[in-house]
Amino acid sequence: MNYDEKLQHVSVLGAAGKMGSGILLLTAVEMADLSLKPENKGKTFVLNAIDLSDDGLAGLIGYLRAQVQKIAEKKTVWLRQMYADRADLIENYDIIDQYVNDVLQIVRPTTAMETAYRSSLVFEAVTENKDLKVKILKQVDQNNPNKAWFFTNTSSVPINIIEAEAGLNGRVLGFHFYNPPAVQKLVELIVTANTQAEMKQFALDYAKALRKVVVPSNDFAGFIGNGHFMRDALYGIQQAQKLASGRPLYEAVYMVNKVSQEFLVRPMGIFQLIDYVGVDVVQFIMKVMNPFLKDEDLHSDLLDEMMVMGVKGGQMSSGAQKDGFLKYERGAPVAVFDVKSKAYIAISEFAAKCDAELGALPEGYLPWKAAVRIKDSDSHFKPYFASVKSLGTTGGDMAIQYGRNSDRIGRKLVADKVAHNEQDVNTVMLTGFFHAYGPVNNYFE
Amino acid sequence: MKKMQKKIYMTAGFNTTSMGTGRKEFNPKKERPGLEYYISEAGKGVVKQIGGADKIDETVIGNFMAARFNKQAHLGGFAATVDPLLEFKPSLSVEGACASGGLSLVSGMRSVLTGMSDVVLSMGVEVQNTVKAIYGADILAGAGWFQNRKKGHAYFFPGQFSDRAGAYYEKYGFDYARKGMRQWFVNAMENARLDPTAQEYHNSGENLEALYDKMKPNGAAFVDHLNVLDCSKVSDGASGILITSEEGLQKLGVSKENAVEIVGWAQLTRNITNDPPSAVELTTIKKTAAEALAMAGISIDQVATVETHDCFSIAGVLATEALGLAEPGKGAEYVAAGNTSRTGKIPMNTTGGLIGWGHPTGATGVHQAVTIWQQLTGKAGDAQIAIPKERPYGMTINMGGDDVTVVAIVYKRADR
Repeated sequence: MNYDEKLQHVSVLGAAGKMGSGILLLTAVEMADLSLKPENKGKTFVLNAIDLSDDGLAGLIGYLRAQVQKIAEKKTVWLRQMYADRADLIENYDIIDQYVNDVLQIVRPTTAMETAYRSSLVFEAVTENKDLKVKILKQVDQNNPNKAWFFTNTSSVPINIIEAEAGLNGRVLGFHFYNPPAVQKLVELIVTANTQAEMKQFALDYAKALRKVVVPSNDFAGFIGNGHFMRDALYGIQQAQKLASGRPLYEAVYMVNKVSQEFLVRPMGIFQLIDYVGVDVVQFIMKVMNPFLKDEDLHSDLLDEMMVMGVKGGQMSSGAQKDGFLKYERGAPVAVFDVKSKAYIAISEFAAKCDAELGALPEGYLPWKAAVRIKDSDSHFKPYFASVKSLGTTGGDMAIQYGRNSDRIGRKLVADKVAHNEQDVNTVMLTGFFHAYGPVNNYFE
Repeated sequence: MKKMQKKIYMTAGFNTTSMGTGRKEFNPKKERPGLEYYISEAGKGVVKQIGGADKIDETVIGNFMAARFNKQAHLGGFAATVDPLLEFKPSLSVEGACASGGLSLVSGMRSVLTGMSDVVLSMGVEVQNTVKAIYGADILAGAGWFQNRKKGHAYFFPGQFSDRAGAYYEKYGFDYARKGMRQWFVNAMENARLDPTAQEYHNSGENLEALYDKMKPNGAAFVDHLNVLDCSKVSDGASGILITSEEGLQKLGVSKENAVEIVGWAQLTRNITNDPPSAVELTTIKKTAAEALAMAGISIDQVATVETHDCFSIAGVLATEALGLAEPGKGAEYVAAGNTSRTGKIPMNTTGGLIGWGHPTGATGVHQAVTIWQQLTGKAGDAQIAIPKERPYGMTINMGGDDVTVVAIVYKRADR
């Protein structure tokens, strides 16, 4: 079965979810483009959008229609060539409409898992729960006569465990998109010792067609992305707890968040990032990863406490940020959760005092938005962090310690053979987390 | 030789801002003023200069495609939104693609010449930012023959002029041609920075040549032989000016030093269903300009400044050849040498032209007349150029489609 044939009958499990809908969009567009090739004219392409949620599926087509239209508007020159033989399609309007219809015609939203039994390729993007994933994949595989290939979007569960428990022997790999899949360029590719070579080649071809940056990760819980993020998050939480002796924890959370965003020039502070991913998801991924780690305990009581209190963060279906460690107004943090009073305390009440204690940012500071555009990042960040170091302030010292720890995590991922090399670690953090500089560097020595 | 039966003048010109990308206040995601605003704004700008609309006999509005950009036809009906005194007076709209503005002028001039009107308010308007560029391309393609749309480029008109640029590269050399086109772009930006109503007024790019060279034409992303800097803007805007007889000017109480006299004009059209006779010549512009100059009884050497229809930089270069300023194939060199810059032999498009000032398609012809009126009467502000005594004439060239409909007008200050 060649590449085009493999993509003729595909299913996405969990298609209405945040990740699933993005994977569905990209795959639908790729399949439609294949269907337009002269050699594929007349062939039927089917993409099952499978999800348990009727509500989720109801909104899916509207989402796809809007997104596909945007994509079509950007490749109209190419589309005019593809539809050159259609005398009835004359204006760009006609051609874009037709393309949107052609993409949507491929997609079959359904709650029936049975439709996946005929697919030759299955994307899995259900809840990050190993037992659930194993159960579903096993069910589909046992009822599917095609020896289908399974791409799981897990960000933390080792693929070899899914492979063994679901009995997929060589027919599963980790194809980990970043959120949101339609925008984020990064994909972590994880194969097991058994993964078929031709399946891996297909995955690389598919990633290339989608214009993704592939970073291979070894099959170790959390892979590279979460391997770094979870440890970095735990460090941030611990720093806040340490800083909280003699002051309320919410002030410490504010300070660590500020240091990790502004002093370290990151797109968001560590607590905002935890909220973005979801307190529940972070707690869950740590729980999945922890049993596989020998010399460390990847666990936070504070996260457990937050979960008990029902403070979960995450995003609404509109993409708006839900409140977690921080409370948001129009996407910007305005208050911090106080675990004692179980209420949010406005940042304006204590920011001045905390800011004074952290001290000012050094001269030459550029916010992340500007710094991320600098091509030769060494030339900016090396002298910048040298000035951070020479500040001698609480904020400066915290930033340097934080940066060193982040660097340590990166090197450990290589030493533990999760990542093949330091460059891969940096690529994941630059591409998947939009950092302005890679964590493995020599800025903090 | 054609002659006019009486003298006609233009005065009290007004341009709205040309709104679109480039302007700081432009935000495609926010609601913006529509067609109605631009028509009334431009008209009011004219009326204010003559102290009321009572002496205006007639209104003409040039517009290309409001029927599609704004789902609005029948623009003549908007005249009274400028001033209630224009109600129950003649008003009509005219269309000739991007030469609609020029046709608005011509229509007003004919009316004055027949004696039916002494004062005509001639306007042009287009509001194009209502749709994304990829759909705007469909709408603007209406300036060509629709039978050719299917085989045309997604960006139809850039595609047409890309073909002309490609033919020019082929015949005279790519680097040679690009140097001229680059200078045309640089002139446009530098001139636009001097006119507060220009779309590129806020342009502050430092090394325009380097920017231009960096953006190589890329057929995979756009068209084969042009980059976006070679193109005019997508614009919302309107312009207005009064066309009067001698009596009209007196009735308005406008002195001749504040008016320009139309000394020659022509309007020619080629067959839209044919390909242009030559890809490297703007034949209709050549013929129309020659007729207008002949009626004026002057040669191009007596013209101090020209507003020409540079919908694309290659059209600017080709216009210098069509006007006889440069031999065929020498236009790129002529422009590259600075002859058309504001300090050159014959400054062209002194407020930025279609690439720098903007191109609200149906308004462009009127905007050109307003610019020449400003320059010849000393009202061009920071964009003012010197008009030599021995060369007192100005000229406008307004083109619709791919050299299909052309309006050429020759002006001089009324008291000179």
